[in-house]
Parts: sequence; structure tokens; C-alpha cells
Amino acid sequence: MDLKTKHIIKTSNLSIGYSSKKNVNTIAANLNIELTEGKLVCLLGKNGIGKSTLLRTLTKVQPALCGEIFINNNNLKALNSIDLAKSLSLVLTEHLPENNLSVYELVALGRQPYTNWVGNLSEVDLEYISKALEQTNTKHLANAKYYELSDGQLQKVLIARALAQNTDMIILDEPTAHLDMHHTIETFTLLKKLAKEFNKTILVSTHEINLALQLADILWLMTPSNFMADTTENLIENNCLDQLFDSDLISFNKTLKQFTISNSY
Amino acid sequence: MVNPIKSYRNTFIILTGVLLLIFMINISLGSVYIPLKQLFLAFIDGEVEKESWKSILLDYRLPKAITAIIVGSGLSISGLLMQTLFRNPLAGPYVLGISSGASLGVAILILGASFFGATAASYAFSSWGHAIAASLGAFLVLSAVMLAAIKVRNTMSILIIGLMFGSLTASVISVLAYFSSANQLQQYLFWSFGSLGNLSWNEISVLLIVFLIGMTFVILIIKPLNSLLLGENYAKSMGVNVKRTRNFTLISTSLLTGVITAFSGPIAFIGLAVPHLTKLLFSTSNHKILVPAVAISGAIIMLICDSIAQLPTSEYTLPINAITSLFGAPIIIWLLIRKRKITY
Repeated sequence: MDLKTKHIIKTSNLSIGYSSKKNVNTIAANLNIELTEGKLVCLLGKNGIGKSTLLRTLTKVQPALCGEIFINNNNLKALNSIDLAKSLSLVLTEHLPENNLSVYELVALGRQPYTNWVGNLSEVDLEYISKALEQTNTKHLANAKYYELSDGQLQKVLIARALAQNTDMIILDEPTAHLDMHHTIETFTLLKKLAKEFNKTILVSTHEINLALQLADILWLMTPSNFMADTTENLIENNCLDQLFDSDLISFNKTLKQFTISNSY
Repeated sequence: MVNPIKSYRNTFIILTGVLLLIFMINISLGSVYIPLKQLFLAFIDGEVEKESWKSILLDYRLPKAITAIIVGSGLSISGLLMQTLFRNPLAGPYVLGISSGASLGVAILILGASFFGATAASYAFSSWGHAIAASLGAFLVLSAVMLAAIKVRNTMSILIIGLMFGSLTASVISVLAYFSSANQLQQYLFWSFGSLGNLSWNEISVLLIVFLIGMTFVILIIKPLNSLLLGENYAKSMGVNVKRTRNFTLISTSLLTGVITAFSGPIAFIGLAVPHLTKLLFSTSNHKILVPAVAISGAIIMLICDSIAQLPTSEYTLPINAITSLFGAPIIIWLLIRKRKITY
């Protein structure tokens, strides 16, 4: 391995899950993931398989059971909260609390790891905010209150906030869960653009499998027994996608490169 | 691109002007009529026609007006902090039982004085004794509500838990009252009506010192409070130390609510209503704007309430709590009906 390769994320023998005093519930073990910059990565797996647990562990929301995680070649355990905030930003599924924030103010909050103790925005901060609004095509919304936005617009604004945080990596937890087909595709193509043109590493957990198959550079597949990370072509070639759902209802069609409903139902 | 985050400079200038105006009006009102010119003279060179006027102004009206300003600002800021921290538009020092906690502290001091013996009793009536007991009581209840809030995410449940703590402290106070002498009971009852007057300059300096300490903590958490507007998880992802922010809020609200309640009694609705009125006026959630705005608005509204309470030209003074409730409750109802919902 080339030592100079910049790994945005690297894990060694990572085990994730929950531990209490009585027992340890391991969700996945021995994960060795490597991720370089400028990649759109889709994390796929059925409901309850542990996608959120993996994301929560990678973002230091919950501790790893064992093993190490490296963000930009720094051990996650040794990173303080500000340095971590400068390395990765999040777009979460949860509903925002009700308040009066304007779109601009919301995006500006992404600059918090860089601003002074009272949060004054410098010229540099204003530039990053402006750039983030441009990249997501939301500049015309800047003065609107965020609660006036449609779900699709809000998702773009939340991505703009993550961009303003100026991190190498953005992690999104099911960003298209409430969106219609048009806005879902719009969101994914935006993410693809950010990875390709601005060299961001973007990790998305999603159920939009057919879109992921078309757009992702790398897929992470979580199954009850296995964790597979590879390029889409390789995974299709090795028949890995069939393991995603152990179900008779759907199967992976290799020629169409998408999941279809089985004829046997 | 120009920074579209408004600075609201003009609104602030107007608001400060209004504060000064109301302050002068408040001082000029009272059961004794004092001409406006004499009012200025008393402050400028101390030469006034009647010596009694000067004494009324400097020993009664001025301390009362200053107390009103501190009480109004402090309670409103406490309300603002709680509404952001609990993500709950109906949070406030009175609603969440924090004022009741402060009352409990004072009740134990006044009503329970006989249990502690003479030394404690004499200490109990010193101003610092009141302030410490009330702050401790407020701190206890607020910590309990916060612990509950970590476990229970539902905002409605947090309000109910606050109400329950309020009832709990009220019942402890009733038990204490049952075993107290008529004299102690009367003393406690008058305190619980709420009053801005009767504070010596000495007591005002205690009030002011604790107020300034509390406000220092508030200023330190302006930035993290803004990121908490997106919820705890987003705040954490932006490098905010949520635990520290919560602790600072706990300290500042206990100090502010505690010391204010100690000296002026439990005052209702100011902490709840003023932040909402201010947000209506400024239409922002940015705490850098809201903290000073809420402080000034709180002072203005408290001065107005006090001016009404002293029933100008009559010799009667109404309990301040009656006025703040009369003013606050309809505002909350109006806000809820007008917008169908209230934000924070």
C-alpha cells in the first residue's frame, strides 16, 4: 500500500454494536474499510441491519466495541470535537426543532467550528457560506425561513450547511426518505456532483438501491453475515447483491443491473 | 455577497430609547406627585424644592425601578435559555417549577427558621441568606427537570414533569406552613405575592452582583445555543460541547431565577411571555441578537407592569404578580391562536 494515500476513513478490525453491563450485542465485526477522497459511497442494507449503528460509530456518536477508526489518518479516539467537526459533517434524518432560523443563518451555522467564541462570521466564513449556497443551487432561498421550504429544498439547504462546514467527508443518513422521485434523483445527482467536481467523500445510507447502483462509485453492503465494500461493477460481477435481501420476493437482475420482483411470487 | 444576517441596529436604538423613556415615566409616577423638572434636578445637582421628594425618589422609586429592570431582564433571559435548551416554546422559569424551587428555598428559610434555632434564624433574614437559599432551591428543581429531560425527549412530558415538581414543592411548602407561627406565615405570604419595592441599596447590590455573574455565563453560551437550534446531534457534529452548554444554562438560570425570586418573590409569566414577544419583534432565532433584545424588552415590560401596579395618583399598590399574569397569559393565548403554533 502506498503510504502517501490519503485515507478519508480507514478502520482496522472494527466491531460495532451495543454493550451494556450484562451483555455485548455485536452487530458487525472485523470491519476493515478504506476510503479515499472524491468518492460517492452508498451504504445499503435492509431495515434494522445496523446501517445507523455503523454511521453512529464512524461519527463518534457511539463508541466502537473494539478496533480502531482513522479519519484523515488521525485516530478517531484522539480527535477532539472541534477537529472532528472540521473533518466530517453530517446530514441527519431527524426533524429540526421549530425556530425562526433563515436559510442563510442555518447554512452559516456550519461555520461554527471555525468562528470565534461569540460566532462572528469573518470574510472567509462568508465566502464559504456563499460557495455552499451556490454549489447546492439554493442562493435564491437565502432569506427564506427554513420552515417555509419544501422537503426537497430543505434537504439541499442541509447539504449546503454540511458544505459550509468545509470537511473532506459528508455523511448523510437516509437523506431522501421523505422525497418524491424527482427530488430524490436531484439530491443524488447533487451528491455525485459534489464528489466528482469538488472532491468530497460522501457516504450515504439509503434504500434507493437502483439509484445507488447507477450513481455510486463504491457500495457498502451490509448483510446479517457479511460486510462487503467494493466498486459496483465488482460487486455485481461477484453476485454479491443477491445476498442483500434473503427474500423470495425480489432478486437481482444482472443484465438490467437492478433489483426486480421475482417471477415466483 | 453581502452578509444577510441583519444587525438590527435601529431596532436596538429605538428599544433603548423606549427603555429610558419608560424608566423616567416609572420614576415620575407614584402616590405623591413630583414635577418632572424636580425629577431631573434631584439627579443632576441634588437641589430639590422639598427634601421629602428627594427621599421618595432616591430611597424608594429609584431602587424599585432598578429592581424592575434587573428582575425583568433576568427572568426573560432565563425563559429564553430554557426555551432553547428544552426545545420547548412553553418553557420558562415559572412553568418548569424553577420559581417554585426558589420559593421552597425561601420557605424553608422563613418557615423552617424555628427548627434551626436562633443563629440560623438571624442569618435567614439577611439578604445573602435569601439569595443563596433561593438559588439552591432553583438549582435543585432545574437539575431534576434537566435529568428528566435527558431521559424523556418528549417536550410535552418535560412540561408535565416541571408542573409536577412545582406541585411537589408547593406541597412541601404547605406542610412547612402548617407547622409555622402566624407571624412567619404572614412574612412568607407577603413575600410570595411578589414585590419590587422595599429593597435597600445593599440588597440591590447583592441582586446586581449575582445578576452579572449569571449574565456572564449566558454570554459564554451564546454561540453553542445557536447550534442547539438544530438539535443536539447537529450541535455535537459542529464541535459543540453540549454537556458544558447544559451546565452553564443550569448555573445561569438558577442564579438569575434564584436571586430574583429571593428578593421579589415568584413572578409569573415574564420569563415565558417576553422571549416570545421579542422573537415576534425581531423575527430571528439568533441568540447574539436575542440575548440583548430579550434583556431590554424584559426590563421595559417589567417597568410597565410596575407602573400599572402602583395605580398612578392613588395610594394603593397592586401585587406585581397580578399584573404580570394579567399581561402575560393573554399574550400567550393570543400568540397560540394567531399563529396556531409558537416557535422558539
